[in-house]
Amino acid sequence: MTGETMMRKRRAGLTGLIAGALMLSGPAFAQQPVNDPFEGFNRAMFAVNEGLDTVAVKPIAQAYDFVTPLPVRAGVGDFFGNILDVRNVLNNTLQGKLSDAGIDLGRLLINSTIGIFGLFDVASELGLQRHDEDFGQTLAVWGWENSSFMFWPLVGPRTVRDTGGLIVDIYTDPTWYTLNKSVATRNSLAALRFVDVRASLLPSDKVVDEAALDKYAYVRDAYLQRRRNQIFDGSPPRLEDVLD
Amino acid sequence: MMKKLIVFAFATLLASFAQAQTAPDVLVKQVTEEVLEIVRKDRDIQNGNAKKAIELVDAKVIPHFNFQHMTALAVGKDWRKASPQQQQQLTSEFKTLLVRTYSNALTGYKNQKVVYKPFRMNPGDTEVVVRTEVQQPGNQPVQLDYSLEKLDSGWKVYDVSVAGISLVTNYRDQFGQEVRNSGIDGLIKAIATKNKSLEGNPAKADGK
Repeated sequence: MTGETMMRKRRAGLTGLIAGALMLSGPAFAQQPVNDPFEGFNRAMFAVNEGLDTVAVKPIAQAYDFVTPLPVRAGVGDFFGNILDVRNVLNNTLQGKLSDAGIDLGRLLINSTIGIFGLFDVASELGLQRHDEDFGQTLAVWGWENSSFMFWPLVGPRTVRDTGGLIVDIYTDPTWYTLNKSVATRNSLAALRFVDVRASLLPSDKVVDEAALDKYAYVRDAYLQRRRNQIFDGSPPRLEDVLD
Repeated sequence: MMKKLIVFAFATLLASFAQAQTAPDVLVKQVTEEVLEIVRKDRDIQNGNAKKAIELVDAKVIPHFNFQHMTALAVGKDWRKASPQQQQQLTSEFKTLLVRTYSNALTGYKNQKVVYKPFRMNPGDTEVVVRTEVQQPGNQPVQLDYSLEKLDSGWKVYDVSVAGISLVTNYRDQFGQEVRNSGIDGLIKAIATKNKSLEGNPAKADGK
């Protein structure tokens, strides 16, 4: 388990202890049944969301995807990615990952200047990789590891923990403050970001449609696995193997 | 005649030996690059020709996968309750479903680049994870990891995860639900029905 030892070394102090405890409790964590006590509500919201997506969101995202040339798409993606780095600096700091926070701060400074307000991700070209963290992950590292699943219309899959995390993420988003005086600009940016994110998910639509026996369960379990992966920074402990 | 046979047997032995010797990270890289090279040149696959993509995956990728192990992982605890024959049927149906899903991912190819993460293994290791990353302009890079195990026939992939989502264990809850509701045979039937429905409408053109 080189990944675990490596991660343990990288973390210091209390956070290291919490993260270590989380990792030791890994297998138990993996065997727990899916934490979905609000399944009835969630399935209803999932159906609402599927309806909204079919009649409005997806067609808009498809149109956007169709008319926007790749360099513009890349610029939009990089621009919002640069704003996300503010969140990454904040949450890496809160989780005690100071060297990651430093790198993300460097990314932010480079991309906001040389990268022309974030339109170009120069930092990645220079080999500075982003360390994606949000407040939901911070809460998990602080000890709130297991949280009930929720599905919200438009927002999509979250846990109770990640729903709270999302609210904090929105309030710590710099666009919320810098553009507060121009509500129209702020809302346009929010809409653009929403459509851009949905458009980036278009290629996976067909895969999910075809792969899932039960689309709701497939999306839920994929979300929970992805979050677990993010919380463990890409190296979660393995699930138990029935053939072993 | 006898001589020819011996030469043939020897050559086969050598070939299988050479295959067993291929390190897991080298294997992943070779297969990925070979497949991407073909997709880059093939307009049909890029335009969503699922049949051609499946043929490509069948020929180049499948030989390096251990579907029995994959299916056992996906089914979880219920796997032990299944008879050998049921296990075989499950494996066959699940393979069809996975191959189709994968092949579809190939038809969505748009100039992505695969980067291979540094790989270390100890000489005695029989299970490893090879980490790669798919990069695309303007999008977050996507982590793509392969779990491989060492068998007599060489290193075989038994799990693939995309952005930390195992395409195999992501079925556990759905499969478990099926088994609870209608038993192992019910699960076999459910996957078979899903496969048939996909065969029926090969080109759902809206999804890209």
